[in-house]
Amino acid sequence: MKILVPVKRVVDYNVKIRVKADQTGVDLANVKMSMNPFCEIAVEEAVRLQEAGTATEIIVVSVGPTQAQETIRTALAMGADRGILVQTDDQIEPLGLAKILKGVIEEEKPDMVILGKQAIDGDNNQTGQMLAALLGWSQGTFASEIALDGDKLTVTREIDGGLQTIKLAMPAIVTADLRLNEPRYASLPNIMKAKKKPIDEKTIADYSADAAPRLEIVKVTEPAEREAGIKVETVNELVDKLKNVAGVI
Amino acid sequence: MINPFENEQRRAFKDSIAKFLEAEVWPHVDAWDEAGAYPHEMNEKICALGVFGFDIPEEYGGLGFDDAHMRKASGVEMGRSSAGGLMASVGSRSIMLKPLTELANDEIRQRVLPELLSGRKGGALGITEPGGGSDVANMKTTARKDGDEWVLNGQKMFITGGMQASYFVIGARTGGDGMGGISLFFVEADTPGFSRTPIERKMGWWASDTATLYFDECRIPAANLMGEEHKGFYAIMNNFNNERFWMAAQMLGMSMRLFDECVAYATDRQTFNKPLIKHQVIRHKLADMSAKIDAMDAYLNQVAEIINTGDTPVAEISKLKFFCSTNLEWIASEAMQIFGGAGYLRGNAVERIYREVKVQAIGGGSQEIMRDLTVKQMGL
Ligand SMILES: Cc1cc2nc3c(=O)[nH]c(=O)nc-3n(C[C@H](O)[C@H](O)[C@H](O)COP(=O)(O)OP(=O)(O)OC[C@H]3O[C@@H](n4cnc5c(N)ncnc54)[C@H](O)[C@@H]3O)c2cc1C
Repeated sequence: MKILVPVKRVVDYNVKIRVKADQTGVDLANVKMSMNPFCEIAVEEAVRLQEAGTATEIIVVSVGPTQAQETIRTALAMGADRGILVQTDDQIEPLGLAKILKGVIEEEKPDMVILGKQAIDGDNNQTGQMLAALLGWSQGTFASEIALDGDKLTVTREIDGGLQTIKLAMPAIVTADLRLNEPRYASLPNIMKAKKKPIDEKTIADYSADAAPRLEIVKVTEPAEREAGIKVETVNELVDKLKNVAGVI
Repeated sequence: MINPFENEQRRAFKDSIAKFLEAEVWPHVDAWDEAGAYPHEMNEKICALGVFGFDIPEEYGGLGFDDAHMRKASGVEMGRSSAGGLMASVGSRSIMLKPLTELANDEIRQRVLPELLSGRKGGALGITEPGGGSDVANMKTTARKDGDEWVLNGQKMFITGGMQASYFVIGARTGGDGMGGISLFFVEADTPGFSRTPIERKMGWWASDTATLYFDECRIPAANLMGEEHKGFYAIMNNFNNERFWMAAQMLGMSMRLFDECVAYATDRQTFNKPLIKHQVIRHKLADMSAKIDAMDAYLNQVAEIINTGDTPVAEISKLKFFCSTNLEWIASEAMQIFGGAGYLRGNAVERIYREVKVQAIGGGSQEIMRDLTVKQMGL
């Protein structure tokens, strides 16, 4: 079984982000970038399937700037076999990305695509779903556990009320939630091995995908600073504050 | 400061160690220190990152290459974690791997190196004795040849990782007085005549196991002599260079952590109606700290470049070690001042690093001995 894992280069989750003064976006100058944490979980799951003998090849694809090569290398150091960089300096929206990925999938013909449920930069949570719709494939989103039995994929999903277990026909799209696994740390021997693994360079035109933006960003602002909490002495005081200060009841 | 020698692999390695330590070590450092021990599995987890395999062939479980910049990165990140005790004990294997790889017989290497490098077994280096550590040439532990065995008698003191270790590299006197009469031996912990007791209640490195080792008619096979008889002193001195370089890198990491802690605290703490960081005296302390950190960093990079050419710049490594420990002393002391009373309470990185400055200034070659060696190496 061949698995495709799309990965995104984002601002490192530890970085305290700053909004640009002109409110056009987030300041990326000299900011540490790394792989989106949910993408890491997706890579880890693919590597575990390969270690268990279920998967035979793992291909990692990233759509982004030249530096996204480094993100692909990180995935290769975790155990993926080869990479594809679809080079672009444009901001790609989920629908555009899904169209590009559809092109990659038609060429690579994987049996399964594992993605992060969302990227921590835009928090869109759309790419996996859109991709499944474009391909007409089954989808198991917010996966906390997956298991292949025969030609069916069992996916446990984290939903509001608890856990939902579904059976999918293959090929399938899976999006990884936080509890699917704990990604490994790349070891130095594997970092050195990753250096020798191939990364194909492609452009969006190679997949004749229309990735033009459909959204206009009006402005980006910092969230309002939260005020410190207070302690209340009695239930009555709590009800009063909820009613008259917070205005929520 | 931008590191002109960084490349993709070095950055990936540094990021991977940092990520591991921040997630799996940082939250537990205080608790492990108070407990005086750390979970045994940390040995294997840290070893799995590949931090100790430099310059050791792959057939023994090593990396099959060396890179001083990567050695530096591992030291810096370990220092930055402020888990000095943990790093000392897990890292004690690293200070005996070089003589083991270069001098032990092949049966021992095949069997022991993979166990040490995977973290399944621990290793320690025994040079210092109750009678002294600086004057290595004057060690008193003896080894006498008896048939096809060596018989060891004596004591070793302050041996880091010595309670957990299964394997030891031990210096002992096989010949006459002075440096020309010392040899190195491979000793296993289950050898009859070997025993050990813990040294407790240290100033710092609480999570680390430190031992006194006793050799009482301890018989080991003749094949456990490492390298040539009477040539141990040179091997010991040569081995110190890696340890000292790595300690210097840890001191840089410790200093960086102190700086970050100070900035965070001084930004938050209000005195005289403004944040501490807005007082000029504090700002100047931070400026001085930062300049010293840059100097240590640049010095380490430069020495790493020289090491990577295949050279062992003994004078520079000695200078680097005392340069870093004197800077760390100053930075740790100023960091405590910035924290005020809060720094005096147990259970924070600043207080811990302050207590662990001295082991860096004394262990692995004291500041005085490093200065001595420097001028000697300069031919003065
Ligand atoms: C926590 C800890 C862990 C350690 N781990 C290990 C280990 O794993 N393995 C190991 O072998 N050793 C270990 N050591 C020992 C360490 O290497 C020695 O403490 C160090 O070399 C100094 O030796 P000493 O303590 O015997 O001091 P001494 O040699 O007695 O020196 C005392 C003081 O006198 C100074 N001095 C000595 N000679 C001179 C001179 N000629 N001129 C000027 N000043 C001089 C020294 O600098 C020092 O300040 C450890 C020590 C500590 C504290």
